[in-house]
Amino acid sequence: MVTTFVFLLTAVVMLVAALIAVLKDNLVHAAMGLVVTLFGTAVLFVLMEAYFLAVAQVVIYVGAIAILIVFSIMLTRRVGAAWGAQTNPTWPFALLVAGLLTVLVTRMVRAWAPDQVLPAAAAVPADMTARLGAALVDPNGYVVPFEVASVLLLAALIGAVYVAWGGRKAEKETHK
Amino acid sequence: MAFLQDPTLIVEWLRQLLLGWGLSPALTSLALYVLGALALATGPLLWVIFLIWFERKAVARIQDRLGPNRVGKYGLLQPFADVLKLLTKEDIIPAKADKFLYWMAPILSLAGVLLLWPAVPLGKGIGGNVNVAVLYLVAVGTLSTFAILVAGWSANNKYALLGAFRTVAQMISYEVPIVLALLVPVLLARSMNLQDIVAAQDVWFVVAAPLPALIFFIASIAEVGRTPFDLLEAESEIIAGFHIEYSGMKFAMFFAGEFLHAFTVGVLGAVLFFGGWRGPGAEAYPILGLFYLWLKAFLLYFVIVWVRGTFPRVRIDHLLDFTWKFLTPLALVVLMATAVLDKALVRAGAWPRALGLLVVNAVIWLLAQRWLRKVEKRLEPPMVAQPGQYPVARYTPPEPQAAEGD
Repeated sequence: MVTTFVFLLTAVVMLVAALIAVLKDNLVHAAMGLVVTLFGTAVLFVLMEAYFLAVAQVVIYVGAIAILIVFSIMLTRRVGAAWGAQTNPTWPFALLVAGLLTVLVTRMVRAWAPDQVLPAAAAVPADMTARLGAALVDPNGYVVPFEVASVLLLAALIGAVYVAWGGRKAEKETHK
Repeated sequence: MAFLQDPTLIVEWLRQLLLGWGLSPALTSLALYVLGALALATGPLLWVIFLIWFERKAVARIQDRLGPNRVGKYGLLQPFADVLKLLTKEDIIPAKADKFLYWMAPILSLAGVLLLWPAVPLGKGIGGNVNVAVLYLVAVGTLSTFAILVAGWSANNKYALLGAFRTVAQMISYEVPIVLALLVPVLLARSMNLQDIVAAQDVWFVVAAPLPALIFFIASIAEVGRTPFDLLEAESEIIAGFHIEYSGMKFAMFFAGEFLHAFTVGVLGAVLFFGGWRGPGAEAYPILGLFYLWLKAFLLYFVIVWVRGTFPRVRIDHLLDFTWKFLTPLALVVLMATAVLDKALVRAGAWPRALGLLVVNAVIWLLAQRWLRKVEKRLEPPMVAQPGQYPVARYTPPEPQAAEGD
């Protein structure tokens, strides 16, 4: 009962925050809405007993990405002022896709028999995080995708450093 | 007095009491959760009142002053007087401030600190038992960064915004060495659960990992934003920084949050590197463990206060250089060395393992020192005024002139 209550509360807060993120003119407010939505996702993960995912969600999305977004918005001048239209010329296509998706999901939910009994979820093993960690470095598990992802990130890191260095050299030459 | 040996008896007693009042079992658990959360949030906040007095007194002694000594014995009641004053102050909101975010920021700031506490193991079987606790600490730590950013922006004040930018640059930078240093106890204990980390410290981890302990400690002080890293509120440059427009209780919340964060750093340091609640008799009487943890945390907190009273403020470029060019590489090297060596030493028993890692840490430290000296030689010589070497402004007393009208 407590879980249902928390879920409903989180869902309402997330929906409101998501609407704020999309509809607000003020970019900082929109970013805050995004942050609350991401936190809500973490709460949902906790409700599903996926603690590692919940914490990773907060570390990556709130701790890194959202802070970067907010930081860059605040560094931009006149963020408080609304400017231009909220939409761009492709909005009818976006509306079409969103509408189709809504119809599909509604049909799928309708297709469920109302008295259908869902199988009870299997108990989450206590050493879930340990298993996840082992699977990430297990040759039979996910070690290759894991390593590929880290190499990709490393490449991005080196690329960023290279771009920054190049900029500095060009600047020096213009100052000569 | 059985609850001294098994503190869960208190919870059981409360549960029976609530059930006896006719509450349903579900409501009873909910009420117990709420009670626990309230206790965990209120305890540290009350403790802050004493901390403020202690810090003022200690810093005053370091600076050869007396500190608060008028209200109550040794000025012990001074914080209460201050709180009363802050409560009665006018609560000012700047006309062009972003009202909602302006309201939220102090709450977020305090929440970011209080949320660290649920993960902390307070004794054997008391307190946090989260299996991703270390990651949780990192995740929650971002909340206080957010609070400062929001506070600085919403006040619509240039000094506040500058302070917020400095803070974010500083906090993001120092997060890196903190996380790397946190990984070492995780590695040594083979677990991210703080209870397991405490349980694994037959030999305190500070023996096996003195450098990570030091890095964690320094970077945490920077994360809290205390002297010598208090650039976010450098009075001489940007006045009060991010909380410049805040007054009354909203300011007090930032203030309390900062003090509590400093003590929380002490608690985390004690848990990760100084054996947490472990001590003679703590296994049998978990309440005693709470006392040990408190004692260790308080000693670490005293060091933070001591540092605050001793060191001058660091310049912003030095601050960022220090973390990116020194602390982060050092933490990376220590982490890799520990990972490799610990694999070899893990079967050697607790003390040989710890001492072996201690030797590695010492070698790395000596190498780092040599490297630092090399770098130092390449830098420009420091601008220390030496007579003859640099133009030094000297005061030459004027020649005594003959009295007028002689």
